[in-house]
Amino acid sequence: MSWAQRLLSVDRRIIFVLIGLGTAIPLLMPVNLPITVTPRVEAAYQTIDTLPEGSRVLISMDYEPDTMAELNPMAIAIMRHCFRKKLKVIGMTLYPAGPGLVEPAMKAAAAAEGKTRNVDYVFLGYKSGFQTVMIGMGESIRQQYPVDFYKTPLDSIPVMRGVNSYAGIDLVVNLTASSAADYWIQFAASRFKKKLVLGATAVMATDYYPYLSSRQLLGLIGGMKGAAEYEKRMDLFGDARRGMDAQSLVHVIVSLLVILGNVALFASRRSGGDGTPARPLGGPR
Amino acid sequence: MYLGPVLVTFAVGAALIVLFFVPHHQAQAVNAEILEWATIVYAFALILGSISLWNTHARKVRHRIEGWPYSLVTMITLVAVTGLGVVFGTAEGTAVYAIYQSVNSPLASTMFALLAFFIASAAFRAFRARNLEATLLLVTAVLMMIGRVSIGEFIWPGFPAFTEWLLDVPNLAAKRAIAIGVGLGAVSTGLKIILGIERSYLGRSN
Repeated sequence: MSWAQRLLSVDRRIIFVLIGLGTAIPLLMPVNLPITVTPRVEAAYQTIDTLPEGSRVLISMDYEPDTMAELNPMAIAIMRHCFRKKLKVIGMTLYPAGPGLVEPAMKAAAAAEGKTRNVDYVFLGYKSGFQTVMIGMGESIRQQYPVDFYKTPLDSIPVMRGVNSYAGIDLVVNLTASSAADYWIQFAASRFKKKLVLGATAVMATDYYPYLSSRQLLGLIGGMKGAAEYEKRMDLFGDARRGMDAQSLVHVIVSLLVILGNVALFASRRSGGDGTPARPLGGPR
Repeated sequence: MYLGPVLVTFAVGAALIVLFFVPHHQAQAVNAEILEWATIVYAFALILGSISLWNTHARKVRHRIEGWPYSLVTMITLVAVTGLGVVFGTAEGTAVYAIYQSVNSPLASTMFALLAFFIASAAFRAFRARNLEATLLLVTAVLMMIGRVSIGEFIWPGFPAFTEWLLDVPNLAAKRAIAIGVGLGAVSTGLKIILGIERSYLGRSN
């Protein structure tokens, strides 16, 4: 068996070990690689930064544990930014498993900036139905959320005084790993003419670039990299910046594997093989 | 045979389109009322989904189909978590909160994290420069993977700007074309459903 065929037949557990080490080592021994803030993240930052003190920011955190590594650091960084600028945060989620993540994230951000629930922020909780909730909030937030997550009537929450629809909200931020973003763009941005900033997972971020040039989105934060850029812009060192070294190394490993796989394929063909891997060495493929 | 449902679909679909564009307060009040109905329907869909889940797994357990113990675990979990949530709530300090934080959240994160390992293995075995299109895709993917993370800038300071160009020009052009196509397709499908031309949602393909 030639070296190329040997390489093409490598046990996938070796690849798993490489990825595991590539993730673990930088987390244990961070090197803090440089991070450049891209224009899209800068635009998101500036949109929040230029809001007048006391402005209401509605943040819909529509994600569940599977994507929390990318979106939770983003949520905490944005909320901390809002609190630093003395903005009032109205949190909500359209995912049934969302409250378990969103509530601790709001508490963590508020605690870090010394803010108080109901005075500086409110968590409305979960409501089912994407479009209906978004359109319904344009008519009446109280109709959709008569009470907050803790069963407190909205009328007795200082943050919600004078806020009964999008008219009382100055900026909508959607952090999502799903098509919820499409509906926020359609309804909050296009129909109700609200300023909208989007935070999305890296894999879906590029789908929303057209909405930036049409100004339906005023900023876009994509994946853990976007969250790390936002943290850098805020001079924070949170989970996203901590995770970037690991993500960098894993990307390099995957890229090298792809290149090696192709080199081996060409070498195998040149030596008369058809590029088909031989039997895997020592385990399942 | 399907005249009733088709007429209901037409009436509701047409009414919602009209109400979307009419700013009059009475029209908006009707719109809000219909949205309230929709929210209730969504809630019932959750119940329907739970019943369907129960039936599927109950059948597996009854007939001892392969993997039935997992179905049993699903059923017990469904009843236990729903019961605990209904009786004690879901706020911090409750059993549901603890289950969510210590079981659901780590399990869901782990499942997603495993993807990194399988994607790496699959990329090594399947990502091949077999023709021009595949080669272009491969080269772009490698450039993006390196250029979009911090190490890209460390290797070559121009990497982030280059990947930004890839995203802002070729990617954006393609995405716009796809978005326009999808939008037109959605309008067309919506109209076909409202006008009763497309009836597969009634349980038939024609």
